[in-house]
Amino acid sequence: MPAMNMIQALNSALDAMLERDPNVLIFGEDVGYFGGVFRVTDGLQKKHGVTRCFDAPIGEGGIIATAIGMGVYGLRPVVEIQFADYIYPGYDQIVSEMARIRYRSAGDFYVPITIRTPYGGGIFGGQTHSQSPEALFTHVAGLTTVIPSNPHDAKGLLISAIESDDPVIFLEPKRIYNGPFDGHHDKPVEPWAKHPLSDVPEGHYTVPLGKAAIVREGADVTVLVYGTMVHVALAAAKESGVDAEVVDLRTLIPVDIETIVASVEKTGRCIIAHEATLTSGFGAELCALVQEHCFYHLEAPIERVAGWDTPYPHVFEWDYFPGPKRIADAMLRAMEA
Amino acid sequence: MRNRVSLNLHIPQPKHRPGEKAEFSYVLVPKAGIVERPASDAKAQDITSLAYSLIRVLDDEGRAVGPWNPKLDPETLRKGLRAMMLTRAYDDRMFRAQRHGKISFYMKSTGEEATSVAYALALEHEDMCFPSYRQQGLLIARGYPIFDMMCQCYSNARDPLKGRQLPIMYCSRKDGFFTISGNLGTQFPQAVGWALASAYKGDDRIAVSWIGEGATAEGDFHHALNFASIYRAPVILNVVNNQWAISSFQGIAGGEESTFAARAIGYGLPGLRVDGNDFLAVYAAAQWASERARANHGATLIELFTYRVEGHSTSDDPGRYRPADEGKAWPLGDPIERLKRHLIGLGEWSEAQHETLATEIAELVRETQREAEAIGTMEGGARPPLGTMFEDVFKDMPWHLRAQRKQAGA
Ligand SMILES: Cc1ncc(C[n+]2csc(CCOP(=O)(O)OP(=O)(O)O)c2C)c(N)n1
Repeated sequence: MPAMNMIQALNSALDAMLERDPNVLIFGEDVGYFGGVFRVTDGLQKKHGVTRCFDAPIGEGGIIATAIGMGVYGLRPVVEIQFADYIYPGYDQIVSEMARIRYRSAGDFYVPITIRTPYGGGIFGGQTHSQSPEALFTHVAGLTTVIPSNPHDAKGLLISAIESDDPVIFLEPKRIYNGPFDGHHDKPVEPWAKHPLSDVPEGHYTVPLGKAAIVREGADVTVLVYGTMVHVALAAAKESGVDAEVVDLRTLIPVDIETIVASVEKTGRCIIAHEATLTSGFGAELCALVQEHCFYHLEAPIERVAGWDTPYPHVFEWDYFPGPKRIADAMLRAMEA
Repeated sequence: MRNRVSLNLHIPQPKHRPGEKAEFSYVLVPKAGIVERPASDAKAQDITSLAYSLIRVLDDEGRAVGPWNPKLDPETLRKGLRAMMLTRAYDDRMFRAQRHGKISFYMKSTGEEATSVAYALALEHEDMCFPSYRQQGLLIARGYPIFDMMCQCYSNARDPLKGRQLPIMYCSRKDGFFTISGNLGTQFPQAVGWALASAYKGDDRIAVSWIGEGATAEGDFHHALNFASIYRAPVILNVVNNQWAISSFQGIAGGEESTFAARAIGYGLPGLRVDGNDFLAVYAAAQWASERARANHGATLIELFTYRVEGHSTSDDPGRYRPADEGKAWPLGDPIERLKRHLIGLGEWSEAQHETLATEIAELVRETQREAEAIGTMEGGARPPLGTMFEDVFKDMPWHLRAQRKQAGA
């Protein structure tokens, strides 16, 4: 199997689906001839033709609305929003339309579309190229929200998303497109090729939606993470010496409650980490779920480690980013409790 | 009746791609001076042809001709030339600073300097600008210190925006320069709102906004035209059509079947299409539209037809999507060269003076850069205090941010 980085793996998923299903088509800003600002659609227009992968005008509301129309017709559009920070002009179409069309038509219509968008900080992108807006989608009834953390999952999850008959928000952690960045911004990032999960099968395969993965087994504390933070949590486990069990949620909604409960019941401790701002973040939901399901197994208060409640500051990127030290400290606090 | 022809999906394509020879024979360039100049209170429906022509003042010999000639005095012309040259020199310097790792990102306005500098001179200093990220020429021409601009790009201790914003996202209330957003198009209807407020208060200031042709595809562009028309807002709305939106040619924004100026017509607004590389034509259009706005006749949409000479930003490589020699084939020339030629033709400027000025500007930019870098760059040096990260989220800092500031060790 070839080693792929996350960009190549996503490209391979799109390629496989264009090959397999004539109803799949791709559009978005700069995705056609150019192949996307992050190169995820590189070569797809040339290989599959201009009507299968093409440029869209800079109008996210229009992109999402037309994708809904195509989806209602019976196509499976996969649209790219260039940065998650630019999805808001399409938010009304997502919340009021896409998420509810199955419900309000009593199943008469449905919208099998996938919205791919890079999210997260770590590239000195300032406040409009760094946001983690996942909670704005997990809070909306009817949206499946997916975040992969490695090339193998990225491809398999994207194929599942495209094949899903419901709309999927597919958030791509851009900081780990090229390597499993672990929060140590002063050190070079290893390329994906050195990571076992860069072994990506050619052709079609799926990773199921709604299933978490235990990426590190441990006895002392459960860490619930997704996206870039998976790698940051692994670094924190190593550096703190705490025997942490790191759970990569992969799908946020519907979340894999069984895996979460089994892990927390085993360890008795739980830390939740995300890059998004703390208040009303997805961590608040996870915290409530763990409290509801595992209260009598908890030996320490649940802790959340997250971005501060400010816009993403340009120069203080690394003071803002919840790095391995902050997670390791939380692990040690949990062990002392 | 049923349509028996099978439908097909149209995807616009630019004329030329890398490896092909660039040419712009499809761009119609009317002779300078031939477009009529209506009274600035003309009814929009009577002047719709202006949206399809191209207002040009400087002819191929550098003479100012025709009814749109603003007849500027040589002092103003030299001021415009200097501001455009300073803008270009500043851009070159900061672009290189990014290549040296001293700033994180940069965007040049090369070739488009007239679209902002001519405005800065045609407007009153008190008029309010709602720019996109490619109007650094406005600040420079309004006399904002390039030292402050550099410190913003370096996010250092003297950055007026406290290190919070990506380079080039400047802001200066006292210079009528609204804080730049990374989200395209948002400023356009905001400018209309500002103008409505000015009208509500019986003020005499007008608002002006700029948007790229690519970003006219956002809903905000259409909100702006609609609200401006309905309430007769004292605002000038500019579309800077530089032919490219990152890798997407202007046909992807809807330029294939119409002009961007013609978007005005459906909203009952005047639409002017202007040679954006002609300093005098931009000045004249700005003057016409501001006369109109100041006399309570409402808004104007102006398409400034120009060319993005450089890549979109430091993250872009235009060689991947457009012919390498496309800039050379661009038929409207360079705004600095054209104004220089005009001034020389008037006997008000010379090659020697031009060279002296270029050297003086280069020295000024270099010296200022040294001063700014001595304070700090992205590589090191003095930054704003860490605690400032938690300020200005709200006017008064709530308890949870105070707690987080403490946790962050600030
Ligand atoms: C709402 C939104 N969508 C997408 C982007 C990403 N983006 C930044 S600049 C750009 C191209 C803009 O082109 P245009 O409006 O023509 O202006 P130009 O850069 O040519 O001056 C895009 C797509 C953004 N900043 N905001």
